[in-house]
Amino acid sequence: MVDTDVRLGLTGSDLAIRDRQFKKDIARFENLPAVLNADNSPEVRALSEAGLAGEITATKRQSGQDFITVRKNRIVDILTVMRDHPDCRYDLVSDIFGVDLLGFDKEPRFEVIYSLYSIATHRRIVVKAEVDEDDPTIDTTVGVWRAAEWPEREMFDLFGIEFNDHPDLRRILMPDDWVGHPLRKDFPLGGEEVEFSHNVRDRLSPSLHDLEDGNVPGAHGHH
Amino acid sequence: MGVESNAGVLTASLNKLVNWARRNSLWPATFGLACCAIEMMASTDSRFDMSRFGSEAFRASPRQADVMIVAGRVCKKMAPVVRQVYDQMPEPKWVIAMGDCASNGGVFNNYAVVQGVDQIVPVDVYVPGCPPSPDGLIYAVMQLQKLVDKETFADRA
Amino acid sequence: MAASVAFNPNPLPLSDTSLQRAKGPAPGIEIERTIDPLTNTENMVLNMGPQHPSTHGVLRLVLELDGETVTKCTPHIGYLHTGIEKTMENLSYYKALPLTDREDYLSNLCNNLAYSLAVEKLMGVEIPPRAQILRVLLNELERIASHMLWLGTHALDIGAMSVFFYCWQDRDRILEIKEHLSGVRTKTSWICPGGLRGDAPTGWMTRVKEFLDYFPERIQLYQGLLTNNPIWIERTRNVGVISGENAIAFGMGGPSLRASGVNLDLRKTNPYSSYEQFDFDVAVGQYGDVYDRYRVRIEELTQSHRICVQAWERMPDGPVRTSDRKIAPPPREELDTSMEALIHHFKLYTEGFHPPVGEAIGAVEGPRGEKAYYIVSDGSNKPYRVKIKGPSFYNLQALPHMVEGSMVADVVAAIGSIDIVLGDIDR
Repeated sequence: MVDTDVRLGLTGSDLAIRDRQFKKDIARFENLPAVLNADNSPEVRALSEAGLAGEITATKRQSGQDFITVRKNRIVDILTVMRDHPDCRYDLVSDIFGVDLLGFDKEPRFEVIYSLYSIATHRRIVVKAEVDEDDPTIDTTVGVWRAAEWPEREMFDLFGIEFNDHPDLRRILMPDDWVGHPLRKDFPLGGEEVEFSHNVRDRLSPSLHDLEDGNVPGAHGHH
Repeated sequence: MGVESNAGVLTASLNKLVNWARRNSLWPATFGLACCAIEMMASTDSRFDMSRFGSEAFRASPRQADVMIVAGRVCKKMAPVVRQVYDQMPEPKWVIAMGDCASNGGVFNNYAVVQGVDQIVPVDVYVPGCPPSPDGLIYAVMQLQKLVDKETFADRA
Repeated sequence: MAASVAFNPNPLPLSDTSLQRAKGPAPGIEIERTIDPLTNTENMVLNMGPQHPSTHGVLRLVLELDGETVTKCTPHIGYLHTGIEKTMENLSYYKALPLTDREDYLSNLCNNLAYSLAVEKLMGVEIPPRAQILRVLLNELERIASHMLWLGTHALDIGAMSVFFYCWQDRDRILEIKEHLSGVRTKTSWICPGGLRGDAPTGWMTRVKEFLDYFPERIQLYQGLLTNNPIWIERTRNVGVISGENAIAFGMGGPSLRASGVNLDLRKTNPYSSYEQFDFDVAVGQYGDVYDRYRVRIEELTQSHRICVQAWERMPDGPVRTSDRKIAPPPREELDTSMEALIHHFKLYTEGFHPPVGEAIGAVEGPRGEKAYYIVSDGSNKPYRVKIKGPSFYNLQALPHMVEGSMVADVVAAIGSIDIVLGDIDR
């Protein structure tokens, strides 16, 4: 895995200095307004009315935006409440995507995030569904919004999260025979090693560092 | 064809005539991929006007094109398509790698971008820039014309 | 008899490599061939792209045709997937900014603004008024440039070639304005977290004013060429129709959504960067066809021009960058005199700033729809996850719904009208 640190030639002591400064920087944010919880928001009340309050694991209000984290089992019911309840009316999908929380060392590993927008009330809400690494499946929400079809394919492609009852679950952005899920944190960034004076490559042979099938010519020109 | 490079006055003049015809009517194949394609389109508009250099018509079909201007980042999924379009072009053909991404991967050094289209097709002219200004592309076409001038029949036989 | 004839009979002998490639569709793509029992004919499968002059980028459409009518349309994307989101996870916040230009490459400054808004929300910084008004002016000029490109290429696809050259003249003027400001024609990265990269140079405001004085007659020119043109109306009326409810269900945005009758413009409903101070109207269509999308965008040109004139007139003086040294480096003059300033400059340019742990959404109304950046921060100097919401991703999803049942020529018109940018879709 070629990291930008390695590419820039940073040594262990550089990284140690950076770590110390990083910890000092974190301490500077102690006087920012605390991240509040959003337990009294209309969306949480709507979910409680529908009997789904037990599915909520956490709520958060940060930078003026509400985030609701839920379990994945009854996600279709939760999102249907979000779409149909008169206090919510989140009819427009802003975005549906996934996050790999491996860097935070959190269980569950993946979060499927539904960022919704209400045309009637001009509000945004973010609903996050927790998905385990051992069982990376979740129900499809194509029945709630037709817009969910391609984002779910993208999540299958880039994270490996499978969607139950999806009409057409196959890779969308990567080639069909690609192995691996690129946006996972343990998938390497890839690419070529940057050439410095200590690792100059042989110019006479074509550079095929990153092509999987090496049977294409790299010969230059016909002059 | 059987015409060697050390032939006499007649074939030398014929060579010059053929080169003159080829250099002044280089018809590009539309191979705009990403942002550089926009600057390639800008080079054909009324301000920069590449057609005064002979690139009058951008042919959509590679069968009718002389030069393939790879404008934009070539991604792994697109790489076989680039090769196929290049193969479908009849000889004589040239390739201009327009922009940093087509030359060497550009800003993107990752799993998804082929680090330079010269890993897939042989390139004649590289144009640096992100994106190169249309003037840069026109300069590249002029350089390609100079390259075409120096060709002989033996190169293409 | 028809079932026994090969799909692509080719009398000429094929070379080896061509034979290999002509073996059939790539693995993973199954095309159901429907055979009509009455006439025993198969539908024809036509592959449009990824290299195609009318697909506005590397989009591949597999059309199943019954004669000239499209029975099934399957878009295949991913031919421009650049891994921008994963690359941004390995770069500091400043270094990730130029990548946002390259993602939707026709509305570069709008992408920059969405990213900057998300970062500024995370950091909790205020932007000075001159920077906000300049951001508005630049975004609206970018919108005009994007619509000029859209109109030129859309008209070119439908057959009106001279409109292409007229539109690009205006687009080149705006790119000259951007070049005067930043030195770069397209990918300026001029809007950065904290404000703008720099102030407008001398003569720039005069140049902008010249363009704004010249532009209204050009809008009249385009209206005169196309709006009441019977050929244009024939090609675009009742083509690519999508109703308001379906547009909302598909998550569409921007002019494509507004042409279906939904009055949603983020500049009005959730104003950002001082848009609430500006006086402009929102164009909303009625029938949701290609012609309405054209009318909505032409009207948006007039409104953008209106906003630009207001922004030019009320441009205040002042700094273009916040003075909060957590996020914005100090002006270069200070570096000679203040040690503190030198340290800030060094730290911010080598390592970058560290936002607190959390998430933020920065959303703007781009020329194609809502452009949103969802940034997850883990407290380090690099974003943990950046999700770029490309409006074209959702707009393109609605394409099969729009064109199934119409003719192949209508597919070309519909693709042009939803104004997709493949960089947005594939990222």
